[in-house]
Amino acid sequence: MVNLEFKIGSLRFKNPVLTASGTCGYGYELEDFINPDELGGIIVKGTTPEPREGNPYPRMAETPSGMLNSVGLQNKGIEYFEKIIYPRISGFNTNVIVNINGNTIEDYVTLAERIGSLDKIPAVELNISCPNVKKGGMLFGTNPVSAREVIREVRKAYNRVLIVKLSPNVTSIEEFARIAEEEGADSVSLINTLLGMAVDINTRKPALPGFTGGLSGPAVKPVALRMVWQAARAVKIPVIGIGGIMTATDALEFIMAGASAVQVGTAIFIDPESPVKIIAGIKSYLENKGIRNYSDLIGCINS
Amino acid sequence: MAKRSEDFRVVNIKYLNELHFILELEGTKPLPEIKPGQFAQIRIDNSKNTFLRRPFSIHDVDYAGNRLKFLIRAIGDGTRTLGTIAENRMVNLIYPLGNSFSLPLPREKVLLVGGGCGIAPLLYLAKFMNRSGVVPDILLGFRNSKSIMESDEYSKTGRLFIITEDGSEGEKGLVTGHTIMKDLGAYGRVFCCGPEPMMKAVAELAKASGTECEVSLENMMACGIGVCLCCVVKSSRGNVCTCTDGPVFNIKDLQW
Repeated sequence: MVNLEFKIGSLRFKNPVLTASGTCGYGYELEDFINPDELGGIIVKGTTPEPREGNPYPRMAETPSGMLNSVGLQNKGIEYFEKIIYPRISGFNTNVIVNINGNTIEDYVTLAERIGSLDKIPAVELNISCPNVKKGGMLFGTNPVSAREVIREVRKAYNRVLIVKLSPNVTSIEEFARIAEEEGADSVSLINTLLGMAVDINTRKPALPGFTGGLSGPAVKPVALRMVWQAARAVKIPVIGIGGIMTATDALEFIMAGASAVQVGTAIFIDPESPVKIIAGIKSYLENKGIRNYSDLIGCINS
Repeated sequence: MAKRSEDFRVVNIKYLNELHFILELEGTKPLPEIKPGQFAQIRIDNSKNTFLRRPFSIHDVDYAGNRLKFLIRAIGDGTRTLGTIAENRMVNLIYPLGNSFSLPLPREKVLLVGGGCGIAPLLYLAKFMNRSGVVPDILLGFRNSKSIMESDEYSKTGRLFIITEDGSEGEKGLVTGHTIMKDLGAYGRVFCCGPEPMMKAVAELAKASGTECEVSLENMMACGIGVCLCCVVKSSRGNVCTCTDGPVFNIKDLQW
């Protein structure tokens, strides 16, 4: 028997494979393919105080080994989440985590407080890294002063597990990871998407109406891996690795680079069973190598 | 009906003309119930420029043989690769996805309108209607006589009308200019699939004549299962996913 248990503070995860926000809906959308209870955790779609229509279509452009998206946080708002969605997902036997987003610090604080009153949501992921909105999002996550301020205020208002999702669109990822740690975050997750662009040479226009989008998929994996490695060396809190993880091999690379856990995102679009296959793949790797605790591998490339 | 991820064997690829082919696939277990208008997301493994699955309307269903047919236009790297896959190779499908066309009332007069590759979902739709005794009128539009596809198949399922842009077969012009469209009010329902400008033009005529009209959209999508939110269309309820709330929409629900 191998041990896949992962903890952030006292919060226990049955395994270190979570599904990434914006790629798994609220978990129940995947139920025809997988049992969500088998996941380490589900990070549900980015939620804002007010309902949001998101950006106009088209919102996606395929790119070499990846895709650009510019969804723009379409969601039905916190009230709908509390009343309609929460009752549907509160029975999952895994950690359901809400990704929260706002235009202002007050928005983030309000959301954290409201999520904090929902018994079955043991953690929030503070999204200060969405590249597809005009206000909030990445504007917080790429400025050290505002990043510090929003994390500090949310930390005061929220006493459960606080994960801060970092943007890769910065010069020094270590700086932002340290800010999160100093302000009392329990964990950092990275990377959100990389700001990118594509042009349609037939229409002679940008592929996305807002010109830029967030790049995800295997194309970003080496960048994500490097940033996870840097962040994990800079802080003591657990780092959750995200970025182009398609297979157990990818997940193990992140763990060996220093991630305590991983999130699977874009892979779900191609294979909705991939998160569960990745869990199985990590397990069989450990069995084959005779390693009892996956945690022995965390950051092992540094030693 | 539950969605599945399943490997299918390539039985046959039959080219109808230079650009279009029929991909016939066979599953290893009994097919689930498939409704007309539903689609599959096909993974194309050997095309290095194709990262995401590609959505295709289900063109025909053979429950006895566990077979599905897709009518595909080879327009990019992915579809071109799909059109050259060797027989007996396996391809992975996620299916059946999306909603479906509504079923006509008994004895309701129904018109199906298709253009180019957009005729794909209308064959299974016509066959499905035939089972409940409805024989639709079918109007298919093509560029010219050489680009006409599957007319024998469609004519078995209803009264077939052809129109070509150059008049080389059937009437000359676009589907909206065909004689039977002048009497659109005689139909209880019109089901339409084709290029968006064509669907919008048909929708305009349907509105003017008070005929119920459903269209099948083909917005670009990543997941096909309602999680990426990339394929949205503006509806009366705000942005909704083409993959799960569609691909078939009553034009009353669209802001057309």
